[in-house]
Amino acid sequence: MIAQALADGIFTGAIIALGAIGVTFTLEIMRFANFAHGELLTWGAYLALVVVAFAGPGTPTGPFSFGWQLLAAALVAAVLTGLAAWAVDTLVFRRLRRQGAMPLTMVFAAFGAALVMRHLILLIWGPQSHYYTRELQIAVELLPGVRVLPDQIFIVGLALAAMIALHVFLVRSRTGMAMRAMAESPALAQVCGIEVDAVVRLTWIISGALAAFAGVFTGLTPQLHPEIGFNLLLSLFAAAILGGTGSLAGAVVGGFLVGLAENLSLLVINPGYKGAMPFLLLLVILLLRPQGIFGQRT
Amino acid sequence: MLSYLVFFACIVLILGMLTLALNLQWGFTGLFNAGVVGFYAIGAYTHAILTAAPQPRYVGNFGLPWIVGVLAAMAATALAGWLIGMLTIRLRGDYLAIATFGVAVSIQLVALNWEPLTGGSQGLARIGKPLAELFPTPFGFNLWFLGLMFVLMATIYWALDRVLMSPWGRALKAIREDETAAVALGKSARRFRLEAFVLGSTLMGLAGALYVSFIGFVSPFDFLPIVTFQVWAMLIVGGSGNNRGALLGALIVWAIWAGSGVAVAKLVPPSHAAQGAAIQVILIGLLLMLVLLFRPRGLIGEAAVVSRHVND
Repeated sequence: MIAQALADGIFTGAIIALGAIGVTFTLEIMRFANFAHGELLTWGAYLALVVVAFAGPGTPTGPFSFGWQLLAAALVAAVLTGLAAWAVDTLVFRRLRRQGAMPLTMVFAAFGAALVMRHLILLIWGPQSHYYTRELQIAVELLPGVRVLPDQIFIVGLALAAMIALHVFLVRSRTGMAMRAMAESPALAQVCGIEVDAVVRLTWIISGALAAFAGVFTGLTPQLHPEIGFNLLLSLFAAAILGGTGSLAGAVVGGFLVGLAENLSLLVINPGYKGAMPFLLLLVILLLRPQGIFGQRT
Repeated sequence: MLSYLVFFACIVLILGMLTLALNLQWGFTGLFNAGVVGFYAIGAYTHAILTAAPQPRYVGNFGLPWIVGVLAAMAATALAGWLIGMLTIRLRGDYLAIATFGVAVSIQLVALNWEPLTGGSQGLARIGKPLAELFPTPFGFNLWFLGLMFVLMATIYWALDRVLMSPWGRALKAIREDETAAVALGKSARRFRLEAFVLGSTLMGLAGALYVSFIGFVSPFDFLPIVTFQVWAMLIVGGSGNNRGALLGALIVWAIWAGSGVAVAKLVPPSHAAQGAAIQVILIGLLLMLVLLFRPRGLIGEAAVVSRHVND
């Protein structure tokens, strides 16, 4: 039982981590809590659905329920969602920044953006569930008593690969360094000749792309509906804050911890209360260690 | 038409009460409560559980008089506000928002899952209404309820006005504007914030009790996070920091909501009702963003207050 919950937790955790990276970036580089981030997951999932509608999910390859077409769809969706995130910034958040709006005004704008983005999905695709593929999958017994779908293993692997690639990018490339500098101190970064607009653009594109992957993975196991992203929002915030905002490693570890906590809690609580788990975790973190696991006290 | 207008006015006044409460917390004190609907739900459910007609299936449903339900709803929400405030009030702005958002999500889950007490997804029906036996027709009752709402609203509006002009209210603003200065003058920022938070929560609980005693039943699906965002839209559109603005915002946003609802019902076939409702929400979201971009102070913003001693 516990082993199964751990396996499920790692899988949920991988998805939460992908989304939490974007939340932590906006918290640290853009300096506001983006309540619209969940909608980027949803948009990513539905944009991939459009590609799949044209190209098909592909013939199931190996033990997986999908072919390369779904991966291509996820990539297209990642690019488009990244651009969409940047477009929302250009239309709303950047204008507010230019007007010298305070960070909390950005949060109000994010409320508005979230309402519009989520309900556009509802308007276009309707309230019913959608599926990428109708293939049925049989769980494999990974360890005695631990059953997972091959798709889930694939998703965890791909998520980890994306996180490692992002880490290398942040540590090695000049642009990555500029992003970290912005997170540390926007004013100082600007003095050093870092092009703030370019960093902001890149931050949105990366956040959006990772959110799209998280959304596609959620939709693959097993379905898409207009609230998949919004329902994860609290988990994303909890993961970002648990890890300590601004650090990639923090968001990733936070994501896995939140995923594990949610699934382990199901062993003792009524599943109906699962949605409250990230909140309880969040409350404990904020009271005991508000700077997060990897954060430094300011 | 007239009966619809009466119904509409009652709902606007209930939502206006929520907006006034949020204005006390955010507009005057700077507390970012993103869990408005949670406090509204506590008030609603407390009233429902205490006053609903008894049913063997449920633990609650005590069938108590309306006024007992309303007072208990206020007390329960005050207590909840105090507890949540004690835990979260020291968090910085957007962290407080995330935490209170989580509070509201959790409260809604309790309402949905604690079936013996809350009726679960079925909700509770036959909730205590004020003097319902004197007004047998729905229209008569709604008209009487509207009158009651006007009296309550006028009282609350007047009381808030007095409170905010009092030294206590000025201290709230002082803390919002410059905490260090206010603390240096010996004001305990934490205590004032907590008091404003509890007072605001109590009003939200009152609004919740009034809402369910007007409608007559309670359902967990009336307390989804979207209500919080609607109330925020009302406050920002009307102008935070100004009680007249808060009420105007409630009226305008709800008029757009209800008006677009009528238009959508005419134009969209019933099979696509969900899509129609989506259009209504999109309009509210767009309105919120447009006001932030082009009229950040709202329609009636906060009035500048200059001390009469400034030229001394």
